[in-house]
Amino acid sequence: MDFAASFALIAPELLLSAAGLALLLVGAWRGDKSARVVAIAAAAALFGAGVMLVPGLHFGTDGPATLAFGGLMKVDSFALFAKALIYLAAIGALVVAPAFFNSAAAGSERGMRAEYPVLILFAALGMSIMVSAHDFMTLYLGLELNSLAAYVLAAILRRDTRSGEAGLKYFVLGALASGILLYGMSLLYGFTGSTAFPAVRAGLTGEMGLGALFGLIFVLSGLAFKISAVPFHMWTPDVYEGAPTPVTAFFATAPKVAAVALTARVTFEVFGAQIAAWQQIVMFMALASIVFGALGAIGQENLKRLLAYSSINNVGFILLGLAVANQGGAAAMLVYLFIYVTMSLGCFVALLMLRDEDGALFETFADIRGLSVTQPLIAGALLVFMFSLAGIPPLLGFYAKFAVFQATVEAGLVAFGAIAIAASVIGAFYYIKFVKVMFFDQPAGVVTGKSGPAHWVLLGLTAAIVSPLGYLLTPSLTDLADKAAASLFFAV
Amino acid sequence: MISAGGIGIEHYLTVGAILFVLGVLGIFLNRKNVIVILMAVELILLAVNINLVAFSAFMQDLVGQIFAMLVLTVAAAEAAIGLAILVIYFRGRGSIAVDDINRMKG
Repeated sequence: MDFAASFALIAPELLLSAAGLALLLVGAWRGDKSARVVAIAAAAALFGAGVMLVPGLHFGTDGPATLAFGGLMKVDSFALFAKALIYLAAIGALVVAPAFFNSAAAGSERGMRAEYPVLILFAALGMSIMVSAHDFMTLYLGLELNSLAAYVLAAILRRDTRSGEAGLKYFVLGALASGILLYGMSLLYGFTGSTAFPAVRAGLTGEMGLGALFGLIFVLSGLAFKISAVPFHMWTPDVYEGAPTPVTAFFATAPKVAAVALTARVTFEVFGAQIAAWQQIVMFMALASIVFGALGAIGQENLKRLLAYSSINNVGFILLGLAVANQGGAAAMLVYLFIYVTMSLGCFVALLMLRDEDGALFETFADIRGLSVTQPLIAGALLVFMFSLAGIPPLLGFYAKFAVFQATVEAGLVAFGAIAIAASVIGAFYYIKFVKVMFFDQPAGVVTGKSGPAHWVLLGLTAAIVSPLGYLLTPSLTDLADKAAASLFFAV
Repeated sequence: MISAGGIGIEHYLTVGAILFVLGVLGIFLNRKNVIVILMAVELILLAVNINLVAFSAFMQDLVGQIFAMLVLTVAAAEAAIGLAILVIYFRGRGSIAVDDINRMKG
């Protein structure tokens, strides 16, 4: 394969890097007053990169033609599916940001900084490289590009001590996770003789040696950190609470997609010959995430913290699809991922709309008491999201859970699926508590501020997708997810 | 592989493993200073580099050394960003003691 074909395959990434570098210069030259222009240009670049994915997504791509740069990257349907979700989530994080940073919510440093859209762009680029990785070197570079941008994003409100603390915690634990992952990769390299996924896979057939097994465990642990699966989830609530809310909305969506997609690719393409070695680990992480995510959320008063635990809980269900370890499970996982991203984006947009006249945000249960009386539309949307997250039919969250449970049962893991269903009931408690506080408590009446049209459009769109109307999307969604999962299992 | 004085791959791997464990313990057992945590992170990355270079020399395969170069580059970027975050944290709180990082709990 020649270079031109490789460059054609990574055209979206090239666009994002060129846009990121150019906008960084614009931001440095014109200062923060260019922030709005930079944000619009960044969203346009993400949209343009997303449009480039459409033909490949529609027709489905797999096989040797998807390999770029001698097998360093693989741009198959699976990568395209994940990239589309990542770009959409990143655009969402850009759309809601200006209103937040220009209001009292940003504390003593009002005004969006020009770095914010640039960092989102670079983070999206890193994730895009992650999901296309077909070699441990590409994987590491993509992961770090994403993580380094994310650490700074968490700490972007420089005078807010909570933001700084979130950035610091995220940095320390993220760096530790990268180190663990990297150590695992070095062991796999040593015991298989290569860093390319197919070669490592070929080196891992038959009885696995102790060194390679350690490598597998380290790599899985590092990835579990990145997707915040139990028992590596402890950073999530603190980072989600401390980071500025638009950044939290971003963290809860795009990096989750990238890390889950990466985990799926590594488990199937690298450890595909050793399913027995990792399946039980993933099963344990799935069940533990569902249970601890739900239990941890119960006592929370802070809504962002609650949503952090909710995301841990949802990661458990996503891992349920992965634990099935076949193509149907991977497809169910992707369907769940799409629906999860929509639901969490919607939740965070709704949280960003809970503001007073000055724009300061509310983020505890006490503030949303009786929201159905004072802000019926926001309360209605939150009702849809919460019931959907709890998996109550006829909302789309039910379909997501149904898909992963069906995949588990079809693979004969009935007991495993049954435990997961039973554990999902715990989660319903706090989702329904959310609804109870909004609809049956005495109104607090503190939410008085107005939100811009962008928020309403995003809220309406996500609520419409999550509502029963979303079932109109399921045929095409399942089709895309099936193609993506098939490309993951297409041996190159 | 050059094995002067009988130093083989297993010795390099042992040094790597010891450095890695020291790095991880440095993060978890350290109750004093965040700067120490940054040094522990560097220690972990150095352990990885020793592994990579040792394997690379042992297998006569250049990929490991290229990987080590990339790790070095990323480690430098990571340290820069870590220190930058530490500086803004210190400006807000006036302390970088690990025990003081406690505004959020639960």
